[in-house]
Amino acid sequence: MMGAKVKVKEKTNWPVTIMLIVGLITVAFPMYLTIVIAFKQPSEMTNSISGILSLPKSWSFANFAEAMRVTDFWHSLGNSILITLATVLISIVIHSLIGYAIGRNKTHSKFYNFAYLYIVSGMFVPFAILMMPLVKQTAQLRIANWFGVIILYVVFYMPMNVLLYTGYLKNIPVALEEAARVDGASTWRTYWKIIFPIMKPMHATVAVLTALGTWNDVMTPLVIMSGSGKNTLPLAQLNFQTQFGTNYNLAFASYLLALLPILIFYIICQKQILNGVVNGAVK
Amino acid sequence: MRKMNNRKLTFLLITIPILALFFCFNTLPLIKGVIYSFTNYKGYGAYDWVGIRNYVDLFQDVRVGKSYLFTFKLAIVTTIVVNIISLLLALGLNSKIKGKSALRGLYFIPKILGALVVGYIFNYFFTYILPVIAKALTGNGASMLSSTKWAWVAIMIVCAWQAIAMNTIIYISGLQTVPEDVYEAGAIDGATGFQKFKSLTFPLILPFFTINMVLCMKDFLMVFDQIMSLTKGGPAQSTESISYLIYNNGMSGGQFGFQSANAVIFFIVIVFISVFQMNFLGKKEEQL
Repeated sequence: MMGAKVKVKEKTNWPVTIMLIVGLITVAFPMYLTIVIAFKQPSEMTNSISGILSLPKSWSFANFAEAMRVTDFWHSLGNSILITLATVLISIVIHSLIGYAIGRNKTHSKFYNFAYLYIVSGMFVPFAILMMPLVKQTAQLRIANWFGVIILYVVFYMPMNVLLYTGYLKNIPVALEEAARVDGASTWRTYWKIIFPIMKPMHATVAVLTALGTWNDVMTPLVIMSGSGKNTLPLAQLNFQTQFGTNYNLAFASYLLALLPILIFYIICQKQILNGVVNGAVK
Repeated sequence: MRKMNNRKLTFLLITIPILALFFCFNTLPLIKGVIYSFTNYKGYGAYDWVGIRNYVDLFQDVRVGKSYLFTFKLAIVTTIVVNIISLLLALGLNSKIKGKSALRGLYFIPKILGALVVGYIFNYFFTYILPVIAKALTGNGASMLSSTKWAWVAIMIVCAWQAIAMNTIIYISGLQTVPEDVYEAGAIDGATGFQKFKSLTFPLILPFFTINMVLCMKDFLMVFDQIMSLTKGGPAQSTESISYLIYNNGMSGGQFGFQSANAVIFFIVIVFISVFQMNFLGKKEEQL
């Protein structure tokens, strides 16, 4: 019995390892398809599968240069980075603050308990119902642009992030703040000096979840920003779809360009991203 | 005492502006949406009150009915498929394998990619590659995307391809919470293979199953990007999801008021399902 158990612990399960490696084809194939088509010329794309799937004759970056020009790549990338970064930074500041105010008071105050339930229940409101009134509202306020999109994201991600922050605060003893208060520090100062730094793991989770959601979102910029003449990276793919026509090589070069920033980011911060996603879902 | 009041004041000064912001861009448009749903507003120009007319029409509208059927079919089937595959994948990725963290990292990639662009890539695959293979195998080289019978399956595959990554990671973190000695005790009792999974592992990761079911279902009921990039609701309106229909007809089809009513019903449905799922699965968890 003991011998068998030790053996199970040490032996690598090769059949499962091999099956999982083979299964990776499902992930790799669409990526491979994108890369080879993006580098090819239309003349190389004969109507047979081998024509589509074979490696390109020469690795030319011409498609990418053309795709960048057609989709106004650098501006779209700039807008996406601006919107995502601003949303993440504002969310961390604002959502952690209100999470703190609510988390420290909701057990003994009806008002804060109501505020908590009020904000968190916003999670159930689908964008579809807000969409049409928001188009009117942002137009009236003259924020039917990237600025409006940032404000909307900060509001949309508030329910989830407040839930995360208040949950995390339960594990931070109030005694920590009381010590600072005895020393004469104000609540505001105590928050920035003590509580905000302590919540760093939760900031990382919030940043990852908010960033992934906003970076890839299409619907909000589509309905809010489409009149402003500006694009985010995904929105550019949608808006320039007709311009690619049947030049799939150009289209795929553009798709690859749109996927590349987040892929690079993932390679660099893989561990933080996986941790953030798991923390956010499980809490 | 003064200190305490200062503390209370600080909290109020933080809370009230943020609550106001939340009200302005979440609750206010929600209320406006409900109000629009009782009008015949086209999205421009003058409009009149029509009472509950939109709601009455909604329940008789074939296109709306079809979009609900399609969305639910897609959401339910995809949720089941995704959860079965990701649970198997998670069991594999949690066993004694070589290159564990690299494999986990690679299997997560679909999740980080934008659904719209992924949809475009698969669109090409379904239009130009799969039909050629299908023709060689079965003699029928029609694209799945242009068939009213099969288009939803193509959408399901694309949705699942991305969602499996997320659910797998959640199941893995669930499996890691199962202590090793549970298995040891189970092994003494003679539990093996599927039996071990059914009576030991699964009950212990049930909370994670709940999370995945709720997340999956909610995401797929709101499906939009994949429809946009794969079928645009076609062929013959057979793949119009509720969100897509509200967007398409409400924003540019002159049905602002009518689709607002649709959105209100959709909102109620989402709340109902989420609450039901959490209660139902929550009770099951308690029983164990």
